Amino acid sequence: MSERLNVSKTYKLYIGGAFPRSESGRSYTVNDAKGGFLANASRASRKDVRDAVVAARKAQPGWAARTPYNRGQILYRVAEMLQGRCGQFTDELRATGLSKSAATTEVEAAIDRWVWYAGWADKLAQVTGTANPVSGPFFNFSTPEPTGVVGIVAPDSPLLGLVSVLAPAIVTGNTTVLVASETAPLPAITLGEVLATSDLPGGVINILTGRRSELAPWLASHMDVNGLDLTGASGDLAVECEKAAAENLKRVLRPVEADQPTDWTAHPGITRMTTFLETKTVWHPVGV
Amino acid sequence: MGDAVSVSTETLTGAAELRRFLHGLPGVDQVGAEERAARLATRSIKTSAKAYAIDLAISMVDLTTLEGADTPGKVRALCAKAAHPDPADASVPKVAAICVYSDLVAEAVRALEGTGVGVASVATAFPSGRAPLEAKLADTRRAVADGASEIDMVIDRGAFLSGDFQKVFEEIAAIKAECGEVHLKVILETGELVTYDNVRRASWLAMLAGADFIKTSTGKVSPAATLPVTLVMLEAVRDFRARTGRQVGVKPAGGIRTTKDAIKYLVLVNETAGPDWLSPEWFRLGASSVLNDLLMQRRKLTTGVYAGPDYFTLD
Repeated sequence: MSERLNVSKTYKLYIGGAFPRSESGRSYTVNDAKGGFLANASRASRKDVRDAVVAARKAQPGWAARTPYNRGQILYRVAEMLQGRCGQFTDELRATGLSKSAATTEVEAAIDRWVWYAGWADKLAQVTGTANPVSGPFFNFSTPEPTGVVGIVAPDSPLLGLVSVLAPAIVTGNTTVLVASETAPLPAITLGEVLATSDLPGGVINILTGRRSELAPWLASHMDVNGLDLTGASGDLAVECEKAAAENLKRVLRPVEADQPTDWTAHPGITRMTTFLETKTVWHPVGV
Repeated sequence: MGDAVSVSTETLTGAAELRRFLHGLPGVDQVGAEERAARLATRSIKTSAKAYAIDLAISMVDLTTLEGADTPGKVRALCAKAAHPDPADASVPKVAAICVYSDLVAEAVRALEGTGVGVASVATAFPSGRAPLEAKLADTRRAVADGASEIDMVIDRGAFLSGDFQKVFEEIAAIKAECGEVHLKVILETGELVTYDNVRRASWLAMLAGADFIKTSTGKVSPAATLPVTLVMLEAVRDFRARTGRQVGVKPAGGIRTTKDAIKYLVLVNETAGPDWLSPEWFRLGASSVLNDLLMQRRKLTTGVYAGPDYFTLD
């Protein structure tokens, strides 16, 4: 009897709740830490960026219109699914060179990070919103609203860094197009499978794999993208993207220490959430 | 065409003869038509050809608003957009015409004075076509008197489907007489005609009765324009010109939303009827939302970055 052949997974993109191949048909080889073959990942093109932005824009009003409480529930659900796939993520992280214990620690930290952000869904407005004193018979409120579609260039930290940039962008009602780490894209696509089986509406998170330098500029210059997170871009690429983003006044998040590795285990604070918020102020007559 | 070829259109006088002629038209190969349309839709149109196609498509648009909630203000806004689709770029061609209900024709004519953009008016109890002939004629007369340059009439699908071709023929001829020099577009409402054979018959019937244009749909019935239906109609106008020497235009309407859709139609025109039809005089796209997508694609080509809908006017 012949030996059984292992059935290995085709890593595709995650756009609009589906897993299409790149429209270009291209792929690239992903190696493990020792240089051995791991998998072929899709190498997305600018047209995949375009399609992903369309999907994100389509999903945005519906996602923002959900109650914060409901968004929080959905994010908790994602964390539950992450927990269920703990073993798979640990294996994928070990292939990037982490020891078994380090990989387990990172997966657990990632799940905890996701839960932490999920909890913010119905609390952030209380922190960033205000009742403003004004010199007239009016109630005056400022409340946060999502910026819209946010493009994210994800850092190389394959899971903890990934969820640390993704969760804060969507918890407030934004939708995202994320360019995954170029060297370790597989956990991002596996995260896509988690998202597809949670209650997250298709299009809220779209994940592309491929060359950062090829994809990020298209995302940065796209006129229908409202925010840009350049955490995973450095050097000339980050400068080029920030310039392109100025054309339609995108909110840009470019960490000051961008060219040094971020400590993803540190307490994240709320900056990543508040960067992609707009403030709406309403006046309401008193006593009517 | 078999025996039908020998029938001269001038001899089609009686109801029986008209029926014999229309039923003598060869049947449409449904699978073949759909395959052919799908195959042509895979053509890749890029760079300078795409730029040409986009400008051509813009110039062919019949910018349409046919809602019960239409106001004179909305029509004026639409007219402004028709004359200058992208106010930031003077090189964008104007659209072919705007298409409104007959009571708003006067408003549109005023707003479009001197721009060269036509005013098309739907008439004859649009979209159902269910009204007495006198009412349809009065509707048409009013639109023509108000200055419409084109009339979009609907055929009586009930009469057509029950086989009363003569009634449909006479109605179209009567409206055409009312139009005089004004161009008459005949809406077949292909979504209600059920088969491609019926689409072919209705196309010939409309052309024989004097239509200057045949148009797929009102946009109120689903499915609206589809590629295979348009293919059948383009074949009909091609064959009609070969038989009679008179050229008739085609206008798919409804369901055309993206630049890709629009370009598929242009490919279909070029490959079926031929390049003679590739001008706003002989081919129109009845749509409204497609214009913004065409403008966004055009700006992508000129600026090199993807455009967003926030930077174009809402209709």
